[in-house]
Amino acid sequence: MRLEILNSGYRPGTKLLFAVIRLFSGQPVPDAAKLVFYRPDFYGTQAKKFTHEAMRGPSAWSVGDRELMAAYVSKVNGSAFCIGAHTATAAQAYQDGAKVQAVLANLESAPIQEPLRATLRMLGKLTAEGEVSADDIREVLSAGVSPQQIEDALAVCVAFNTTDRLADAFGFEVLSAEGFEAGAKYLLKRGYR
Amino acid sequence: MPADDKERATYRALVDRVLTGEGRASEEQRAQAFSNDGLAQPLDALIDKVASRPAQVTDADFAAAKASGFSEDQLFELVLCAAIGQSARLYEAGLAALAEATGSGETG
Repeated sequence: MRLEILNSGYRPGTKLLFAVIRLFSGQPVPDAAKLVFYRPDFYGTQAKKFTHEAMRGPSAWSVGDRELMAAYVSKVNGSAFCIGAHTATAAQAYQDGAKVQAVLANLESAPIQEPLRATLRMLGKLTAEGEVSADDIREVLSAGVSPQQIEDALAVCVAFNTTDRLADAFGFEVLSAEGFEAGAKYLLKRGYR
Repeated sequence: MPADDKERATYRALVDRVLTGEGRASEEQRAQAFSNDGLAQPLDALIDKVASRPAQVTDADFAAAKASGFSEDQLFELVLCAAIGQSARLYEAGLAALAEATGSGETG
């Protein structure tokens, strides 16, 4: 990562934890996981709470749907690390990698339900343009999405607009396919806490 | 929508922490990074990229900011503030549009 403190500035206990994770997973600790351990009182502790609530808290959206939103927002931002991580996680959650790839390739023709498609379209516009109108929201509502689902989707969008920026600014190392698969398995088992 | 929505409350706590909690960068600098407004060069170039086009951040942007006197811990904080600030603006815009569309009169 571009700041040396994020590569080597961890406490001894944290370094030991990273070594144990490497030993058991056979993969390097992803930079996204490392970041939340650096001065966790400043960012990591509170960020994990928000991201976990958005991605795994109570919602009418499935875990797969929310991971797909994370992958899609990351695609709009062009954030390579987060695209890889959340494409793998959505594919494992759905047990359907082809569906995830289809959404990222062409949202309009992908084989998904209209409520999810309309929601992704709105999140993409918000991410790319920085704003959405009430009419944009009404289109999502008319596709059958509830106001609470829209609010839940906005929280996912916000969490990944933050993480995408950090991944690109700090320079998270893009993992191998095996590394992303191992990370996805962890995120589905344990979440973001 | 419940005014005490847990996601929003948790996000507000994150914003409050990075802006006003203990830190190595001043609260004024953190607020400027959050709003992407008012910072001097070369830090401003780095922070603006984080907010607007993060994929274009380079090693040279960090090197220039460090050479102007910022420590790595200060840059860690200011980059976080910039990323969270842009995301907070998206959250506010989305929630405001939702409130208008549903006539709830609530803007988050």
